[in-house]
Amino acid sequence: MDAQTVIETNDLTKYYAQQAAVDGLNLQVQEGEIFGFLGPNGAGKTTTILMLLGLTEPSKGEARVCGFNPTREPRKVKRVVGYLQENVGFYRDMTARENLTYVARLNHIPEEISSGKIGEALEIVGLSADAEKKVEVFSRGMSQRLGIAEVLIKDPKVCFLDEPTLGLDPDGAIRMIELIHRLSRDRKITMLISSHNLDQVQRISHRVGIMIKGKLVATGPMEDLAKEKLGVGKKKYTLEEIYMKYFREV
Amino acid sequence: MRRFSIPFQTFRENLREMMSEGIDTHGLLVVFKKELADNFVSYRFVLLFALIAMVSLISTYMTGVGLREELEGVAKPKFVFLMLFTSTGAWFSLVQFVAFFGPLIGLVLGFDSINREKSTGTMSKLVSQPIFRDSIINGKFLAGVTTVAIMFVSIVLVISGLGLRVLGVVPGIEEVWRIIIYLIISIIYVSFWLGITMLFSILFRNIATSALASIAVWIFFSFFLSLAATAVANAVVPIPSSGAETEIVIRHARIQEGVRLISPMELYSDATATIIDPMRKTTRSLVLMGPMERLLSSRFQNPLALSQSILVVWPYIVSLIAITLVCFGFSYAVFMRQEIRPV
Repeated sequence: MDAQTVIETNDLTKYYAQQAAVDGLNLQVQEGEIFGFLGPNGAGKTTTILMLLGLTEPSKGEARVCGFNPTREPRKVKRVVGYLQENVGFYRDMTARENLTYVARLNHIPEEISSGKIGEALEIVGLSADAEKKVEVFSRGMSQRLGIAEVLIKDPKVCFLDEPTLGLDPDGAIRMIELIHRLSRDRKITMLISSHNLDQVQRISHRVGIMIKGKLVATGPMEDLAKEKLGVGKKKYTLEEIYMKYFREV
Repeated sequence: MRRFSIPFQTFRENLREMMSEGIDTHGLLVVFKKELADNFVSYRFVLLFALIAMVSLISTYMTGVGLREELEGVAKPKFVFLMLFTSTGAWFSLVQFVAFFGPLIGLVLGFDSINREKSTGTMSKLVSQPIFRDSIINGKFLAGVTTVAIMFVSIVLVISGLGLRVLGVVPGIEEVWRIIIYLIISIIYVSFWLGITMLFSILFRNIATSALASIAVWIFFSFFLSLAATAVANAVVPIPSSGAETEIVIRHARIQEGVRLISPMELYSDATATIIDPMRKTTRSLVLMGPMERLLSSRFQNPLALSQSILVVWPYIVSLIAITLVCFGFSYAVFMRQEIRPV
Protein backbone atom coordinates (compact mmCIF):
# COMPACT_ATOMS: atom_id res chain seq x y z
CA MET A 1 0.00 0.00 0.00
CA ASP A 2 1.19 3.43 -0.88
CA ALA A 3 2.22 5.44 2.19
CA GLN A 4 0.21 8.33 0.84
CA THR A 5 -3.01 6.39 0.56
CA VAL A 6 -5.24 7.16 3.51
CA ILE A 7 -8.40 5.38 2.50
CA GLU A 8 -8.34 2.23 0.48
CA THR A 9 -11.04 -0.29 -0.23
CA ASN A 10 -10.75 -3.63 -1.95
CA ASP A 11 -13.84 -5.08 -3.52
CA LEU A 12 -15.84 -3.72 -0.59
CA THR A 13 -19.34 -5.15 -0.71
CA LYS A 14 -22.33 -4.97 1.55
CA TYR A 15 -25.52 -6.94 1.11
CA TYR A 16 -28.75 -6.11 2.84
CA ALA A 17 -31.15 -9.01 2.48
CA GLN A 18 -29.52 -10.31 -0.73
CA GLN A 19 -29.44 -6.87 -2.24
CA ALA A 20 -26.12 -5.17 -2.72
CA ALA A 21 -26.07 -1.74 -1.13
CA VAL A 22 -22.41 -1.41 -1.99
CA ASP A 23 -21.12 -3.58 -4.78
CA GLY A 24 -17.41 -4.28 -5.22
CA LEU A 25 -16.15 -0.85 -4.33
CA ASN A 26 -12.51 -0.09 -5.12
CA LEU A 27 -11.49 3.31 -3.91
CA GLN A 28 -8.29 5.12 -3.05
CA VAL A 29 -8.06 8.49 -1.42
CA GLN A 30 -4.68 10.15 -1.01
CA GLU A 31 -3.47 12.17 1.93
CA GLY A 32 -4.63 15.78 1.98
CA GLU A 33 -7.09 15.22 -0.81
CA ILE A 34 -10.70 16.35 -0.95
CA PHE A 35 -12.64 13.52 -2.44
CA GLY A 36 -16.18 14.22 -3.58
CA PHE A 37 -18.24 11.12 -3.15
CA LEU A 38 -21.22 11.72 -5.35
CA GLY A 39 -24.36 9.84 -6.05
CA PRO A 40 -28.13 9.94 -5.75
CA ASN A 41 -29.91 9.08 -2.51
CA GLY A 42 -29.65 5.41 -1.67
CA ALA A 43 -26.57 4.86 -3.80
CA GLY A 44 -24.68 3.35 -0.88
CA LYS A 45 -22.58 6.34 0.16
CA THR A 46 -23.58 6.25 3.81
CA THR A 47 -23.18 2.47 3.96
CA THR A 48 -19.67 2.85 2.57
CA ILE A 49 -18.81 5.39 5.25
CA LEU A 50 -20.22 3.13 7.96
CA MET A 51 -18.00 0.31 6.74
CA LEU A 52 -14.99 2.62 6.68
CA LEU A 53 -15.70 3.49 10.32
CA GLY A 54 -16.25 -0.09 11.41
CA LEU A 55 -19.85 0.61 12.31
CA THR A 56 -21.02 -2.09 9.99
CA GLU A 57 -19.31 -5.18 8.71
CA PRO A 58 -18.63 -5.63 4.99
CA SER A 59 -20.17 -8.75 3.48
CA LYS A 60 -17.12 -9.10 1.26
CA GLY A 61 -13.84 -7.33 0.66
CA GLU A 62 -12.01 -5.10 3.06
CA ALA A 63 -11.11 -1.53 3.80
CA ARG A 64 -8.13 0.28 5.23
CA VAL A 65 -8.24 3.68 6.85
CA CYS A 66 -4.87 5.15 7.87
CA GLY A 67 -3.49 1.63 7.72
CA PHE A 68 -6.08 0.15 10.08
CA ASN A 69 -8.74 -2.35 9.25
CA PRO A 70 -11.99 -0.79 10.51
CA THR A 71 -13.65 -4.15 11.03
CA ARG A 72 -10.85 -5.47 13.19
CA GLU A 73 -9.62 -2.32 14.87
CA PRO A 74 -12.59 0.02 14.97
CA ARG A 75 -11.31 2.06 17.88
CA LYS A 76 -8.00 2.86 16.21
CA VAL A 77 -9.88 4.09 13.18
CA LYS A 78 -12.31 6.11 15.25
CA ARG A 79 -9.43 7.84 17.00
CA VAL A 80 -8.11 9.38 13.79
CA VAL A 81 -11.33 9.81 11.84
CA GLY A 82 -13.82 12.60 12.36
CA TYR A 83 -17.29 11.70 11.19
CA LEU A 84 -19.96 14.26 10.52
CA GLN A 85 -23.08 12.24 10.06
CA GLU A 86 -26.06 13.20 8.00
CA ASN A 87 -28.52 15.12 10.26
CA VAL A 88 -25.97 15.44 13.02
CA GLY A 89 -27.53 15.01 16.46
CA PHE A 90 -26.79 16.84 19.69
CA TYR A 91 -28.12 16.72 23.21
CA ARG A 92 -30.61 19.48 22.80
CA ASP A 93 -30.90 20.46 26.43
CA MET A 94 -27.15 20.95 26.73
CA THR A 95 -25.24 23.99 25.53
CA ALA A 96 -22.94 23.89 22.52
CA ARG A 97 -19.92 23.89 24.77
CA GLU A 98 -21.29 21.09 26.96
CA ASN A 99 -21.95 18.97 23.90
CA LEU A 100 -18.38 19.45 22.70
CA THR A 101 -16.98 18.81 26.17
CA TYR A 102 -18.74 15.46 26.27
CA VAL A 103 -17.25 14.44 22.93
CA ALA A 104 -13.81 15.65 24.07
CA ARG A 105 -14.08 13.46 27.16
CA LEU A 106 -15.15 10.47 25.11
CA ASN A 107 -12.02 11.04 23.02
CA HIS A 108 -9.87 11.00 26.12
CA ILE A 109 -8.72 14.58 25.65
CA PRO A 110 -7.48 15.92 29.00
CA GLU A 111 -9.67 18.66 30.47
CA GLU A 112 -6.90 21.26 30.54
CA ILE A 113 -6.34 20.92 26.80
CA SER A 114 -9.93 20.38 25.77
CA SER A 115 -11.34 23.75 26.83
CA GLY A 116 -8.78 25.51 24.64
CA LYS A 117 -9.50 23.19 21.75
CA ILE A 118 -13.23 23.68 22.10
CA GLY A 119 -12.86 27.45 22.11
CA GLU A 120 -10.67 27.28 19.04
CA ALA A 121 -13.05 24.95 17.19
CA LEU A 122 -16.02 27.17 17.97
CA GLU A 123 -14.04 30.16 16.76
CA ILE A 124 -13.23 28.46 13.45
CA VAL A 125 -16.86 27.63 12.72
CA GLY A 126 -18.03 31.06 13.90
CA LEU A 127 -20.04 29.94 16.91
CA SER A 128 -18.02 31.56 19.69
CA ALA A 129 -20.88 33.88 20.56
CA ASP A 130 -23.31 30.98 20.83
CA ALA A 131 -21.18 28.65 22.93
CA GLU A 132 -23.34 28.95 26.03
CA LYS A 133 -26.65 28.63 24.20
CA LYS A 134 -28.60 25.44 24.30
CA VAL A 135 -28.50 23.48 21.07
CA GLU A 136 -32.30 23.42 20.88
CA VAL A 137 -32.31 27.08 19.77
CA PHE A 138 -29.75 26.42 17.02
CA SER A 139 -30.74 26.72 13.40
CA ARG A 140 -29.95 23.96 10.98
CA GLY A 141 -26.88 25.81 9.68
CA MET A 142 -25.58 26.41 13.20
CA SER A 143 -26.03 22.72 14.12
CA GLN A 144 -24.17 21.70 11.04
CA ARG A 145 -21.28 24.05 11.89
CA LEU A 146 -21.30 22.78 15.46
CA GLY A 147 -20.95 19.32 13.93
CA ILE A 148 -17.79 20.47 12.16
CA ALA A 149 -16.47 21.92 15.43
CA GLU A 150 -17.13 18.61 17.11
CA VAL A 151 -15.14 16.80 14.46
CA LEU A 152 -12.26 19.28 14.81
CA ILE A 153 -11.68 18.90 18.54
CA LYS A 154 -10.19 15.47 18.09
CA ASP A 155 -7.66 16.70 15.52
CA PRO A 156 -8.63 14.16 12.90
CA LYS A 157 -6.37 13.03 10.09
CA VAL A 158 -9.37 12.15 7.98
CA CYS A 159 -12.91 13.47 7.91
CA PHE A 160 -15.95 11.72 6.56
CA LEU A 161 -18.57 14.35 5.93
CA ASP A 162 -21.91 12.87 5.04
CA GLU A 163 -24.09 15.38 3.17
CA PRO A 164 -22.58 18.40 4.97
CA THR A 165 -24.68 20.89 3.02
CA LEU A 166 -27.99 19.05 3.21
CA GLY A 167 -30.82 21.33 4.22
CA LEU A 168 -28.73 24.49 4.33
CA ASP A 169 -29.76 27.66 2.58
CA PRO A 170 -27.56 28.72 -0.37
CA ASP A 171 -25.55 31.12 1.75
CA GLY A 172 -25.07 28.56 4.50
CA ALA A 173 -24.07 25.90 1.99
CA ILE A 174 -21.45 28.15 0.43
CA ARG A 175 -20.04 29.02 3.83
CA MET A 176 -19.92 25.37 4.75
CA ILE A 177 -18.10 24.44 1.57
CA GLU A 178 -15.62 27.25 2.09
CA LEU A 179 -15.07 26.14 5.66
CA ILE A 180 -14.33 22.61 4.53
CA HIS A 181 -11.97 23.91 1.88
CA ARG A 182 -10.14 26.08 4.39
CA LEU A 183 -9.77 23.24 6.86
CA SER A 184 -8.40 20.91 4.26
CA ARG A 185 -5.90 23.53 3.18
CA ASP A 186 -4.81 24.77 6.62
CA ARG A 187 -4.88 21.57 8.58
CA LYS A 188 -4.08 19.11 5.81
CA ILE A 189 -7.11 17.00 6.68
CA THR A 190 -8.09 14.41 4.13
CA MET A 191 -11.77 14.86 3.34
CA LEU A 192 -14.29 12.43 2.01
CA ILE A 193 -17.41 14.41 1.26
CA SER A 194 -20.49 12.48 0.38
CA SER A 195 -23.16 14.47 -1.36
CA HIS A 196 -25.85 14.36 -3.98
CA ASN A 197 -25.37 18.02 -4.58
CA LEU A 198 -22.90 18.34 -7.40
CA ASP A 199 -22.46 22.06 -7.77
CA GLN A 200 -21.30 22.60 -4.26
CA VAL A 201 -18.88 19.72 -4.02
CA GLN A 202 -17.32 20.03 -7.45
CA ARG A 203 -15.92 23.44 -6.60
CA ILE A 204 -13.54 22.19 -3.95
CA SER A 205 -13.00 18.50 -4.78
CA HIS A 206 -9.66 17.42 -6.15
CA ARG A 207 -11.21 14.23 -7.36
CA VAL A 208 -14.72 12.91 -7.46
CA GLY A 209 -16.21 9.46 -7.51
CA ILE A 210 -19.67 8.83 -8.83
CA MET A 211 -21.60 6.07 -7.16
CA ILE A 212 -24.84 4.78 -8.56
CA LYS A 213 -26.78 1.81 -7.18
CA GLY A 214 -23.87 0.61 -5.10
CA LYS A 215 -21.32 0.73 -7.90
CA LEU A 216 -18.58 3.27 -8.35
CA VAL A 217 -19.10 4.11 -12.03
CA ALA A 218 -16.35 6.69 -12.40
CA THR A 219 -13.52 8.24 -10.46
CA GLY A 220 -10.98 10.88 -11.22
CA PRO A 221 -10.45 14.59 -11.48
CA MET A 222 -13.49 16.26 -12.87
CA GLU A 223 -11.76 17.38 -16.06
CA ASP A 224 -10.91 13.78 -16.93
CA LEU A 225 -14.44 12.63 -16.38
CA ALA A 226 -15.66 15.44 -18.52
CA LYS A 227 -13.33 14.53 -21.36
CA GLU A 228 -14.20 10.90 -21.17
CA LYS A 229 -17.90 11.42 -21.35
CA LEU A 230 -18.40 14.64 -23.16
CA GLY A 231 -15.57 14.70 -25.60
CA VAL A 232 -12.36 16.65 -25.61
CA GLY A 233 -12.52 20.29 -26.36
CA LYS A 234 -15.74 21.10 -24.77
CA LYS A 235 -14.90 24.12 -22.67
CA LYS A 236 -17.96 24.52 -20.59
CA TYR A 237 -19.32 21.57 -18.69
CA THR A 238 -20.88 20.94 -15.39
CA LEU A 239 -20.63 17.92 -13.25
CA GLU A 240 -24.37 17.78 -13.52
CA GLU A 241 -24.08 16.87 -17.15
CA ILE A 242 -21.50 14.21 -16.46
CA TYR A 243 -23.52 12.87 -13.64
CA MET A 244 -26.74 12.70 -15.60
CA LYS A 245 -24.95 10.99 -18.43
CA TYR A 246 -23.66 8.27 -16.16
CA PHE A 247 -27.00 8.05 -14.50
CA ARG A 248 -28.79 7.35 -17.74
CA GLU A 249 -26.26 4.75 -18.75
CA VAL A 250 -26.65 2.60 -15.64
CA MET B 1 -32.26 -8.72 9.09
CA ARG B 2 -31.02 -5.22 8.64
CA ARG B 3 -30.75 -4.54 12.30
CA PHE B 4 -28.83 -7.63 13.25
CA SER B 5 -26.35 -7.52 10.47
CA ILE B 6 -23.06 -7.59 12.34
CA PRO B 7 -22.06 -11.24 12.18
CA PHE B 8 -20.81 -13.11 15.17
CA GLN B 9 -17.33 -12.94 13.70
CA THR B 10 -17.06 -9.20 14.32
CA PHE B 11 -18.58 -9.54 17.71
CA ARG B 12 -15.86 -12.00 18.59
CA GLU B 13 -13.15 -9.82 17.10
CA ASN B 14 -14.37 -6.87 19.10
CA LEU B 15 -14.36 -8.98 22.20
CA ARG B 16 -10.79 -9.94 21.43
CA GLU B 17 -9.83 -6.31 21.03
CA MET B 18 -11.51 -5.61 24.32
CA MET B 19 -9.55 -8.40 25.97
CA SER B 20 -6.26 -7.19 24.59
CA GLU B 21 -6.76 -3.53 25.40
CA GLY B 22 -8.52 -4.05 28.67
CA ILE B 23 -11.94 -2.86 29.66
CA ASP B 24 -12.58 0.67 28.58
CA THR B 25 -13.02 2.20 32.01
CA HIS B 26 -12.48 5.70 30.73
CA GLY B 27 -15.32 5.63 28.22
CA LEU B 28 -17.53 3.85 30.72
CA LEU B 29 -16.86 6.51 33.33
CA VAL B 30 -17.55 9.39 30.94
CA VAL B 31 -20.87 7.92 29.81
CA PHE B 32 -21.76 7.00 33.38
CA LYS B 33 -21.16 10.50 34.73
CA LYS B 34 -23.12 12.15 31.97
CA GLU B 35 -26.07 9.79 32.30
CA LEU B 36 -26.11 10.16 36.06
CA ALA B 37 -26.18 13.94 35.77
CA ASP B 38 -28.93 13.68 33.16
CA ASN B 39 -31.00 11.45 35.42
CA PHE B 40 -30.81 13.82 38.33
CA VAL B 41 -31.77 16.95 36.48
CA SER B 42 -34.56 15.45 34.40
CA TYR B 43 -38.06 16.58 35.30
CA ARG B 44 -39.44 13.10 35.24
CA PHE B 45 -36.96 11.92 37.83
CA VAL B 46 -37.60 14.89 40.09
CA LEU B 47 -41.36 14.35 39.81
CA LEU B 48 -41.09 10.65 40.51
CA PHE B 49 -38.75 11.19 43.40
CA ALA B 50 -41.04 13.81 44.90
CA LEU B 51 -44.04 11.50 44.52
CA ILE B 52 -42.36 8.50 46.08
CA ALA B 53 -40.77 10.52 48.88
CA MET B 54 -44.11 12.09 49.65
CA VAL B 55 -46.06 8.82 49.71
CA SER B 56 -43.47 7.03 51.80
CA LEU B 57 -43.17 9.87 54.27
CA ILE B 58 -46.91 10.17 54.75
CA SER B 59 -47.45 6.44 55.08
CA THR B 60 -44.52 6.02 57.46
CA TYR B 61 -45.72 8.89 59.57
CA MET B 62 -49.19 7.42 59.83
CA THR B 63 -47.80 3.97 60.55
CA GLY B 64 -45.52 5.44 63.19
CA VAL B 65 -48.31 7.31 64.89
CA GLY B 66 -50.49 4.19 64.80
CA LEU B 67 -47.71 2.07 66.26
CA ARG B 68 -47.06 4.57 69.01
CA GLU B 69 -50.69 4.53 70.04
CA GLU B 70 -50.83 0.75 69.97
CA LEU B 71 -47.70 0.38 72.02
CA GLU B 72 -48.71 2.93 74.59
CA GLY B 73 -48.07 1.43 78.02
CA VAL B 74 -47.04 -1.94 76.58
CA ALA B 75 -43.49 -3.34 76.72
CA LYS B 76 -41.92 -2.61 73.34
CA PRO B 77 -41.67 -5.79 71.23
CA LYS B 78 -38.43 -6.73 69.53
CA PHE B 79 -37.78 -5.20 66.13
CA VAL B 80 -40.37 -2.53 66.59
CA PHE B 81 -38.39 -0.30 64.26
CA LEU B 82 -38.83 -2.69 61.33
CA MET B 83 -42.58 -2.50 61.82
CA LEU B 84 -42.36 0.97 60.33
CA PHE B 85 -41.67 -0.76 57.04
CA THR B 86 -44.01 -3.70 57.31
CA SER B 87 -47.11 -2.47 59.13
CA THR B 88 -49.90 -1.75 56.75
CA GLY B 89 -50.82 1.46 58.58
CA ALA B 90 -53.37 3.53 56.72
CA TRP B 91 -53.37 1.86 53.32
CA PHE B 92 -50.29 -0.21 52.66
CA SER B 93 -46.87 -0.91 54.07
CA LEU B 94 -43.77 0.63 52.64
CA VAL B 95 -42.57 -2.77 51.50
CA GLN B 96 -45.74 -3.31 49.48
CA PHE B 97 -45.43 0.14 48.05
CA VAL B 98 -41.91 -0.50 46.77
CA ALA B 99 -42.92 -3.87 45.34
CA PHE B 100 -45.67 -2.22 43.39
CA PHE B 101 -44.15 1.14 42.43
CA GLY B 102 -40.49 0.15 42.26
CA PRO B 103 -40.92 -1.12 38.68
CA LEU B 104 -42.20 2.31 37.72
CA ILE B 105 -38.87 3.84 38.72
CA GLY B 106 -36.97 1.42 36.50
CA LEU B 107 -39.47 2.05 33.75
CA VAL B 108 -39.19 5.81 33.87
CA LEU B 109 -35.41 5.70 33.90
CA GLY B 110 -35.01 3.16 31.13
CA PHE B 111 -37.80 3.10 28.61
CA ASP B 112 -36.26 5.58 26.15
CA SER B 113 -32.61 5.37 27.10
CA ILE B 114 -31.41 3.88 23.82
CA ASN B 115 -34.07 4.63 21.23
CA ARG B 116 -34.27 8.34 22.07
CA GLU B 117 -30.59 8.71 21.34
CA LYS B 118 -31.08 6.78 18.12
CA SER B 119 -33.90 9.03 17.00
CA THR B 120 -32.02 12.24 17.76
CA GLY B 121 -28.89 10.97 16.04
CA THR B 122 -26.69 11.17 19.12
CA MET B 123 -26.32 7.40 19.32
CA SER B 124 -24.75 7.35 15.91
CA LYS B 125 -22.32 9.97 17.15
CA LEU B 126 -21.51 8.05 20.31
CA VAL B 127 -20.68 4.84 18.47
CA SER B 128 -18.34 6.70 16.13
CA GLN B 129 -16.21 7.91 19.03
CA PRO B 130 -13.21 5.84 20.09
CA ILE B 131 -14.91 4.02 22.95
CA PHE B 132 -16.14 0.47 23.12
CA ARG B 133 -19.74 0.19 22.29
CA ASP B 134 -20.53 -1.62 25.51
CA SER B 135 -19.37 1.41 27.49
CA ILE B 136 -22.53 3.11 26.30
CA ILE B 137 -24.98 0.50 27.51
CA ASN B 138 -23.00 -0.34 30.65
CA GLY B 139 -22.66 3.34 31.54
CA LYS B 140 -26.36 3.91 31.08
CA PHE B 141 -27.34 0.86 33.08
CA LEU B 142 -24.94 1.62 35.92
CA ALA B 143 -26.07 5.24 36.02
CA GLY B 144 -29.66 4.02 36.32
CA VAL B 145 -28.78 1.60 39.11
CA THR B 146 -26.84 4.31 40.94
CA THR B 147 -29.75 6.71 40.61
CA VAL B 148 -32.10 4.12 42.08
CA ALA B 149 -29.64 3.35 44.87
CA ILE B 150 -29.24 7.00 45.84
CA MET B 151 -32.98 7.47 45.71
CA PHE B 152 -33.74 4.46 47.93
CA VAL B 153 -31.00 5.13 50.43
CA SER B 154 -32.03 8.73 50.87
CA ILE B 155 -35.70 7.82 51.27
CA VAL B 156 -34.92 5.11 53.81
CA LEU B 157 -32.68 7.49 55.73
CA VAL B 158 -35.40 10.12 55.87
CA ILE B 159 -37.95 7.52 56.91
CA SER B 160 -35.65 6.23 59.63
CA GLY B 161 -35.17 9.74 60.92
CA LEU B 162 -38.90 10.26 60.97
CA GLY B 163 -39.35 6.89 62.66
CA LEU B 164 -36.84 7.79 65.35
CA ARG B 165 -38.75 10.94 66.05
CA VAL B 166 -42.25 9.45 66.01
CA LEU B 167 -41.53 6.12 67.71
CA GLY B 168 -38.72 7.22 69.95
CA VAL B 169 -36.98 3.87 69.39
CA VAL B 170 -33.41 3.51 68.22
CA PRO B 171 -32.95 0.64 65.76
CA GLY B 172 -30.67 -2.15 66.94
CA ILE B 173 -27.65 -3.26 64.96
CA GLU B 174 -29.52 -6.26 63.58
CA GLU B 175 -32.35 -4.05 62.44
CA VAL B 176 -29.88 -1.83 60.63
CA TRP B 177 -28.43 -4.86 58.86
CA ARG B 178 -31.86 -6.05 57.88
CA ILE B 179 -32.70 -2.67 56.43
CA ILE B 180 -29.43 -2.62 54.47
CA ILE B 181 -30.10 -6.07 53.02
CA TYR B 182 -33.64 -5.04 52.22
CA LEU B 183 -32.27 -2.00 50.41
CA ILE B 184 -29.85 -4.08 48.36
CA ILE B 185 -32.58 -6.50 47.29
CA SER B 186 -34.83 -3.58 46.40
CA ILE B 187 -32.13 -2.01 44.25
CA ILE B 188 -31.61 -5.30 42.43
CA TYR B 189 -35.34 -5.57 41.92
CA VAL B 190 -35.62 -2.13 40.36
CA SER B 191 -32.48 -2.84 38.30
CA PHE B 192 -34.30 -5.80 36.83
CA TRP B 193 -37.05 -3.49 35.65
CA LEU B 194 -34.49 -1.06 34.37
CA GLY B 195 -32.93 -3.91 32.39
CA ILE B 196 -36.30 -4.95 30.94
CA THR B 197 -37.19 -1.44 29.84
CA MET B 198 -33.72 -0.86 28.40
CA LEU B 199 -34.18 -4.05 26.41
CA PHE B 200 -37.43 -2.66 25.00
CA SER B 201 -35.74 0.60 24.17
CA ILE B 202 -33.13 -1.35 22.22
CA LEU B 203 -35.63 -3.60 20.45
CA PHE B 204 -38.19 -0.95 19.54
CA ARG B 205 -37.32 2.03 17.45
CA ASN B 206 -40.34 3.99 18.59
CA ILE B 207 -40.27 5.53 22.06
CA ALA B 208 -44.04 5.19 22.52
CA THR B 209 -43.84 1.49 21.67
CA SER B 210 -41.12 0.79 24.19
CA ALA B 211 -42.96 2.76 26.87
CA LEU B 212 -46.19 0.85 26.21
CA ALA B 213 -44.39 -2.49 26.15
CA SER B 214 -42.78 -1.72 29.51
CA ILE B 215 -46.08 -0.70 31.05
CA ALA B 216 -47.76 -3.78 29.61
CA VAL B 217 -45.20 -6.08 31.21
CA TRP B 218 -45.49 -4.26 34.51
CA ILE B 219 -49.27 -4.49 34.56
CA PHE B 220 -49.21 -8.11 33.48
CA PHE B 221 -46.92 -9.14 36.30
CA SER B 222 -48.58 -6.89 38.86
CA PHE B 223 -52.23 -7.69 38.29
CA PHE B 224 -52.83 -10.53 35.93
CA LEU B 225 -50.31 -13.11 36.91
CA SER B 226 -51.84 -13.81 40.31
CA LEU B 227 -55.20 -14.31 38.59
CA ALA B 228 -53.52 -16.50 36.02
CA ALA B 229 -51.88 -18.54 38.77
CA THR B 230 -55.26 -19.44 40.24
CA ALA B 231 -56.69 -20.11 36.79
CA VAL B 232 -53.84 -22.38 35.77
CA ALA B 233 -53.94 -24.27 39.06
CA ASN B 234 -57.70 -24.72 38.72
CA ALA B 235 -57.34 -25.98 35.18
CA VAL B 236 -54.52 -28.43 35.90
CA VAL B 237 -55.67 -29.72 39.28
CA PRO B 238 -59.35 -28.96 39.75
CA ILE B 239 -60.41 -29.13 43.38
CA PRO B 240 -63.69 -30.98 43.72
CA SER B 241 -66.34 -28.95 45.51
CA SER B 242 -66.66 -31.54 48.26
CA GLY B 243 -64.30 -34.01 49.82
CA ALA B 244 -61.03 -32.75 48.38
CA GLU B 245 -58.09 -34.90 49.32
CA THR B 246 -55.12 -33.27 50.99
CA GLU B 247 -52.91 -34.52 48.16
CA ILE B 248 -54.93 -32.60 45.58
CA VAL B 249 -55.04 -29.43 47.62
CA ILE B 250 -51.28 -29.51 48.03
CA ARG B 251 -50.69 -30.08 44.31
CA HIS B 252 -53.08 -27.26 43.54
CA ALA B 253 -51.22 -24.95 45.88
CA ARG B 254 -47.86 -25.98 44.44
CA ILE B 255 -48.88 -25.18 40.89
CA GLN B 256 -50.34 -21.89 41.96
CA GLU B 257 -47.13 -21.05 43.78
CA GLY B 258 -45.02 -22.02 40.76
CA VAL B 259 -46.94 -19.81 38.36
CA ARG B 260 -47.05 -16.97 40.83
CA LEU B 261 -43.27 -16.97 41.16
CA ILE B 262 -42.83 -16.22 37.47
CA SER B 263 -43.61 -12.66 38.45
CA PRO B 264 -40.55 -10.72 39.62
CA MET B 265 -42.84 -8.82 41.92
CA GLU B 266 -43.78 -11.98 43.83
CA LEU B 267 -40.16 -13.05 43.77
CA TYR B 268 -39.20 -9.75 45.33
CA SER B 269 -41.96 -9.89 47.94
CA ASP B 270 -40.81 -13.36 48.94
CA ALA B 271 -37.14 -12.41 48.87
CA THR B 272 -37.65 -9.55 51.30
CA ALA B 273 -40.35 -11.21 53.42
CA THR B 274 -38.26 -12.81 56.14
CA ILE B 275 -35.56 -10.16 55.92
CA ILE B 276 -37.62 -7.17 56.85
CA ASP B 277 -40.06 -9.11 59.02
CA PRO B 278 -38.11 -11.34 61.42
CA MET B 279 -41.29 -12.85 62.83
CA ARG B 280 -41.93 -14.58 59.54
CA LYS B 281 -40.19 -17.89 59.34
CA THR B 282 -41.09 -19.06 55.89
CA THR B 283 -42.42 -17.70 52.66
CA ARG B 284 -44.69 -20.67 52.12
CA SER B 285 -48.39 -20.70 52.68
CA LEU B 286 -49.74 -22.94 55.42
CA VAL B 287 -50.90 -25.62 52.97
CA LEU B 288 -47.43 -26.14 51.59
CA MET B 289 -45.65 -26.44 54.92
CA GLY B 290 -44.31 -29.77 55.95
CA PRO B 291 -45.34 -31.17 59.35
CA MET B 292 -42.05 -30.17 61.01
CA GLU B 293 -42.25 -26.69 59.63
CA ARG B 294 -45.75 -26.29 60.94
CA LEU B 295 -44.69 -27.55 64.32
CA LEU B 296 -41.77 -25.14 64.38
CA SER B 297 -43.78 -22.11 63.53
CA SER B 298 -46.35 -22.86 66.17
CA ARG B 299 -43.87 -23.80 68.91
CA PHE B 300 -41.31 -21.09 68.66
CA GLN B 301 -42.48 -17.57 69.00
CA ASN B 302 -39.07 -15.97 68.86
CA PRO B 303 -37.96 -14.17 65.73
CA LEU B 304 -35.55 -15.84 63.32
CA ALA B 305 -31.89 -14.95 63.51
CA LEU B 306 -30.66 -12.81 60.63
CA SER B 307 -28.51 -15.57 59.14
CA GLN B 308 -31.50 -17.93 59.23
CA SER B 309 -33.73 -15.30 57.68
CA ILE B 310 -31.30 -14.91 54.82
CA LEU B 311 -31.09 -18.67 54.41
CA VAL B 312 -34.85 -18.96 54.02
CA VAL B 313 -35.06 -16.45 51.19
CA TRP B 314 -31.68 -17.15 49.61
CA PRO B 315 -33.16 -18.96 46.58
CA TYR B 316 -35.41 -16.01 45.86
CA ILE B 317 -32.55 -13.54 46.11
CA VAL B 318 -30.44 -15.63 43.76
CA SER B 319 -33.31 -15.94 41.28
CA LEU B 320 -33.83 -12.20 41.37
CA ILE B 321 -30.16 -11.55 40.65
CA ALA B 322 -30.22 -14.20 37.93
CA ILE B 323 -33.17 -12.75 36.03
CA THR B 324 -31.67 -9.28 36.31
CA LEU B 325 -28.40 -10.48 34.81
CA VAL B 326 -30.10 -12.51 32.10
CA CYS B 327 -32.20 -9.53 31.16
CA PHE B 328 -29.28 -7.13 31.01
CA GLY B 329 -27.10 -9.72 29.26
CA PHE B 330 -29.68 -10.11 26.54
CA SER B 331 -29.93 -6.33 26.07
CA TYR B 332 -26.15 -6.19 25.91
CA ALA B 333 -25.90 -8.89 23.26
CA VAL B 334 -28.60 -7.33 21.09
CA PHE B 335 -27.16 -3.84 21.40
CA MET B 336 -23.61 -4.94 20.60
CA ARG B 337 -24.75 -6.52 17.35
CA GLN B 338 -27.19 -3.89 16.23
CA GLU B 339 -26.30 -1.73 13.29
CA ILE B 340 -26.68 1.92 14.16
CA ARG B 341 -27.29 4.15 11.18
CA PRO B 342 -27.60 7.88 11.20
CA VAL B 343 -31.22 8.98 11.03
